Amino acid sequence: MKRYSAFAIAREAARYHTGWERAWRSPEPKSHYDVIIIGAGGHGLATAYYLGKNYGITNVAVIEKGWLGGGNTGRNTTIIRSNYLQDPSAAIYEKARSLYETMSQDLNYNVMFSPRGVIMLAQTEHEIRGYQRTAHANALQGVKTEWIGPERVKQLVPIIELSGPRYPVLGGLWQSRGGTARHDAVAWGYARACSDMGMDIIQQCEVTGIDKSGGNVTGIQTTKGAIKCNKLGMVVAGNSGHLADMAGFRLPLESVALQALVSEPIKPCMDVVVMANTVHGYMSQSDKGEMVIGGGTDGFNNYTQRGSFHHLEETVRALIETFPMISRLKMLRHWGGIVDVTGDRSPIIGTTPVGNCYINCGWGTGGFKAIPGSGWAMAEVIATGEPQGLAAEFGLNRFQEGRFIDESVAAGVAH
Amino acid sequence: MLILTCPNCGIAADETELHADGQAHITRHGAGASDDDLEEYLFMRNNPKGVHFERWRHVYGCGKWFHAARCTMTLEVFGTYPAQTLEPPKDLVAKIKKKRPDWEGFVK
Repeated sequence: MKRYSAFAIAREAARYHTGWERAWRSPEPKSHYDVIIIGAGGHGLATAYYLGKNYGITNVAVIEKGWLGGGNTGRNTTIIRSNYLQDPSAAIYEKARSLYETMSQDLNYNVMFSPRGVIMLAQTEHEIRGYQRTAHANALQGVKTEWIGPERVKQLVPIIELSGPRYPVLGGLWQSRGGTARHDAVAWGYARACSDMGMDIIQQCEVTGIDKSGGNVTGIQTTKGAIKCNKLGMVVAGNSGHLADMAGFRLPLESVALQALVSEPIKPCMDVVVMANTVHGYMSQSDKGEMVIGGGTDGFNNYTQRGSFHHLEETVRALIETFPMISRLKMLRHWGGIVDVTGDRSPIIGTTPVGNCYINCGWGTGGFKAIPGSGWAMAEVIATGEPQGLAAEFGLNRFQEGRFIDESVAAGVAH
Repeated sequence: MLILTCPNCGIAADETELHADGQAHITRHGAGASDDDLEEYLFMRNNPKGVHFERWRHVYGCGKWFHAARCTMTLEVFGTYPAQTLEPPKDLVAKIKKKRPDWEGFVK
């Protein structure tokens, strides 16, 4: 792999850009791999990358039914933060956030991580207490967040209307090291680095069956034929239930649609990410100038990658009260992703009832920010075969044992 | 916009008038149940790509509960039926089977 650098740009400029390589290879599948990862989204590719980088396991295939990063990795609002309440959550999200800080250098691929800061607005008395509690929890967890008053909110976000008629802004939880990143670049950067380590990324290849022998996974059936493996990792978000069905176990998940939209580009007006959880909307401004807006999930199971219009209406209505200047913006694009939601709104990472089969799912509405931490934790589980490290608390058995990692109270909205 | 006909009051209500409440026909295990049964009741869910049976409530209407059969891939509604039953009506199952020959049938 030729490294990207300022020198490379100069070199290619001098020869009419004829020397750029493809960022990753698209090989036909081999008959056997040490590890197969199903799902070439951010989480799947990050898992493969850290298997290679941290454990030296590079005989790996990443199988994707569509195209790379075409699921929720390309369908989110790119927010990165780690201000969670529970210790296991704060640990894995903070690991992810810290890995984002050095990701461009690690991958030699510009993921445009922008630590512009994230504010979660408090608009009720209950939220004030909740966020102050989170700030204290974060201090103990080593995650830098702080409670700020309305004057500081206004200073950080001049376009905000503090004295809304129903939900005035009473303060906020501020994480100055949170921010955004270029979501596609995260998938592309990992894919390029995985391919460079000799891993095969196989797109347009749907898994149609899972082969087992004596309770252990031995391989998979795909639209490009059968592939054998020693270990199998399922990292497919909304389609996890469908895949678990093939493997013969059940998951405590429901798949629902989560929506987002972007406006026409405008001049820079807001350089932080603002989340308003009571009125249920969040907004940031992309590098192109578009206002990126996140909405809510539908209440019913849905695999259509589009959601109900009334949720958009509710989100936009709430944001217009909070940011009156956006009221005349035209919306350019709107999309939906299928998110897999668990009972406690925390992910599942770990072993499954099937031997040599590992799962990483249930990130619900907050998966993008977790990509590097999730891959790091999942790689450790697959490499060692044990649910340990960052993943230790996130096992599938926690529902039976009552060890919930309850983020539904702390962040029970789309995030 | 998803539109379901409430079998209790007969009104074709759109989803803003309704509240979805997840998988229907769940066995509600109580005190003395095994850990497996309680986990199944509280957390495990069918999450099919395709035919799904759900509980709904006509919250901004008659207020009554009912069941719906719906496709999660196309949002097609196969039908609605009263909540006072342990499984979907046979004629509805037959109708779905006709439209979706590959469907494995109702699984509790």
